[in-house]
Amino acid sequence: MTESNNNWEYAPSLEGTSHIQLKEKYDLFIDGKWVKPSNNRYFDTINPSNEEKLAEIAWASDADVDLAVKAARKAYVEVWSKMKASERAKYIFRIARLMQEHARELAVIETLDGGKPIRESRDIDVPLACNHFFYYAGWADKLQDAFPNRMIQSLGVAGQIIPWNFPLLMAAWKIAPALAAGNTVVLKPAETTSLTALKLAEIIEQSGLPAGVVNIITGHGDTGAAIVNHPDIDKIAFTGSTAVGKLIQKSVIVTAKRVSLELGGKSANIILEDAPIDQAVEGIVNGIFFNQGHVCCAGSRLYVQESIAEEVVRKLKQRMQSLYVGNPLDKNTDVGAINSKEQLSTIEKYINIGINEGADMFQVECEIPSKGFYCRPTIFTNVAQSSVISQEEIFGPVLTIQTFRTIDEVIQKANNSPYGLAAGVWTDKGSRIFNLTSKLRAGVIWANTYNKFDPASPFGGYKESGFGREGGLHGLEAYLK
Amino acid sequence: MKAQKSLFSEIPKSPTIDKVGVEERVSRFQTRSIKGATKMKGLSMVLSMIDLTTLEGKDTPNKVRQMCYKAQHLHNFQEGLPTVAAVCVYPSMVSVAREALKDSTIKIASVSTAFPSGQAPFEVKKIDTQFAIDAGADEIDMVISRGKFLAGEYNFVFDEIAAIKEICGTKRLKVILETGELATLDQVRRASDIAIHAGADFIKTSTGKIQPAATMQVTYTMLMAIRDHFDRTGVMIGMKPAGGISTSKLALHNLVMVKEILGEAWLTNEWFRFGASSLANDVLMQYMKQVTGKYQSADYFTID
Repeated sequence: MTESNNNWEYAPSLEGTSHIQLKEKYDLFIDGKWVKPSNNRYFDTINPSNEEKLAEIAWASDADVDLAVKAARKAYVEVWSKMKASERAKYIFRIARLMQEHARELAVIETLDGGKPIRESRDIDVPLACNHFFYYAGWADKLQDAFPNRMIQSLGVAGQIIPWNFPLLMAAWKIAPALAAGNTVVLKPAETTSLTALKLAEIIEQSGLPAGVVNIITGHGDTGAAIVNHPDIDKIAFTGSTAVGKLIQKSVIVTAKRVSLELGGKSANIILEDAPIDQAVEGIVNGIFFNQGHVCCAGSRLYVQESIAEEVVRKLKQRMQSLYVGNPLDKNTDVGAINSKEQLSTIEKYINIGINEGADMFQVECEIPSKGFYCRPTIFTNVAQSSVISQEEIFGPVLTIQTFRTIDEVIQKANNSPYGLAAGVWTDKGSRIFNLTSKLRAGVIWANTYNKFDPASPFGGYKESGFGREGGLHGLEAYLK
Repeated sequence: MKAQKSLFSEIPKSPTIDKVGVEERVSRFQTRSIKGATKMKGLSMVLSMIDLTTLEGKDTPNKVRQMCYKAQHLHNFQEGLPTVAAVCVYPSMVSVAREALKDSTIKIASVSTAFPSGQAPFEVKKIDTQFAIDAGADEIDMVISRGKFLAGEYNFVFDEIAAIKEICGTKRLKVILETGELATLDQVRRASDIAIHAGADFIKTSTGKIQPAATMQVTYTMLMAIRDHFDRTGVMIGMKPAGGISTSKLALHNLVMVKEILGEAWLTNEWFRFGASSLANDVLMQYMKQVTGKYQSADYFTID
């Protein structure tokens, strides 16, 4: 019998970057052409995992926004609204197929620009984004069947502003239903993650979609504000922070614009004592550490029934130790880089608040790269409902854990939040699932799983988590009169 | 029978298992990167963990002798290869294996308790086990009474394992759950807990006669039982997936699972084994591919 040492480390396996094509400088995609920003301003986009510059991105001004909206209006009036729905569908299908052909490139760029692990961008973000286009392409010529006894009319020009946590996926959530319903689009990605949206613009260009139907313009908050305030936009769709969502709500309230907002969350993940504990622990990990916790519906408030709390926390800590934190391009990486320096300091601020509030912190003991923005997966126990860290959205890999005694208590506590985006329920009993899901005030509730998405399933929130639904027929209806 | 069931309450209540969640978790083990030196080390570990097995009605002394030779000489063209951990045979073949292996460090495992069905009187099972030990077996691979288990007679199953363990003494006892007959992961977990508490040194998935056998979902569930037992008591239990693991890739995925659930302490043939008849040559083929850069045909690897 051989007795050799039994250390067995995985081989680092970096996804290659030689196959991707990035330009040094990206202009604005307006009216089917690449246009320089009117005041010639550009900003850098960096790789958050090593702080290296990836490219320069155009910073669109009010005048550029105006140009984009005019192009979208012209395309709407002259081409897109007149086109047969079945023809529109063909274009959307073509975009979906081209995205699939470019899947590898899109995944690598998503990881380079945003910091998420390649495993996630490759297996989740990009395939889901493609599926959204396929799904809505299928509805484009069946709107009358989708919404019977109703005069089907598109809205016109949609202004869409998307966040940095799922850049390509959010672009797909926004563009696909808008086009399928017959609208034209002006879309602005977040300033830290413009690249995959710009790649999508190249794909759209390649697809031969009529000029002006999709315009993609980049920039900072002022660019977004210019879209929101532009008088010739019929609909604003925004995904992002609750603070910005409130500003948007204020500025459109005096106009005829339609709005849908998908905002923040502090979602409750609830573990009952009869739950399959090992799988629940997986669900907790997936709920809070997926995409470094940069997920609006992250299960960031964990509620564990007191009788099993000790075991769950022990197993959770054990499981966390087997998470690989590091270079997002490594196929072994489970938790990648924090999206930006600003976000990292926000997360660190909350971790300090948690420590100062007297909560008990546990962090994974692991090496993290010296360069780039990283945060060790973190959990806090000994937390109360009134602790700041269990009330406010942290948007990072930080979990708060509270215990509860009865089901009524946990329903009350879960609902006791200004947010209401998502929730998770873990139990072996079907009757308990139905009891909880009918009483929790959250837009999405998962039972014995977490963070599962599908184009056919509507997504959206209650209360300060926003209004309007994306995905499924609900998402399509948001782009019809 | 009612009284029997209540006695079982002394054993910790087995947790429930969610199959969908298990499948999701298992799929994550399959995406770890194993290449280069990691792959070489992994393949070498797999070889050293194999219980080279022949369990057929048509087994003869000569067949067993030839397999024992193969066990000691996996691939003569390559230096530095380990031997397998053990050979696994029927009790009637143990003395042949003992003679063939002489003073080799390779262990002899014998199946017992009316393998594979376990459908024999308790006395016969005890004699079967004693016979194997007397013939020179180092390890006993017993089967549980699945019929009794499925009828809810957990105490019977427990007592049977405990009695065989008593006969084994210091010889290590592997308890085969035959998970393909238990059907659900909840049952697999419960059977694992019973076996561990009754004195198993190893828990083993299958006889190899029933499909499905050692699926990763089943092995995962059993590893979690071992994990929980270790956390409660500090006592290590070994694991042996058997049946259906015939490719290097699947074997390596199993090692990933062991590493991430139980830790590297289990990555030795003292605590982890593969029950397999055809795995070794696939591993050798992959190993030689790593060494030479070329795949060689199956004809360059000896059958036994």
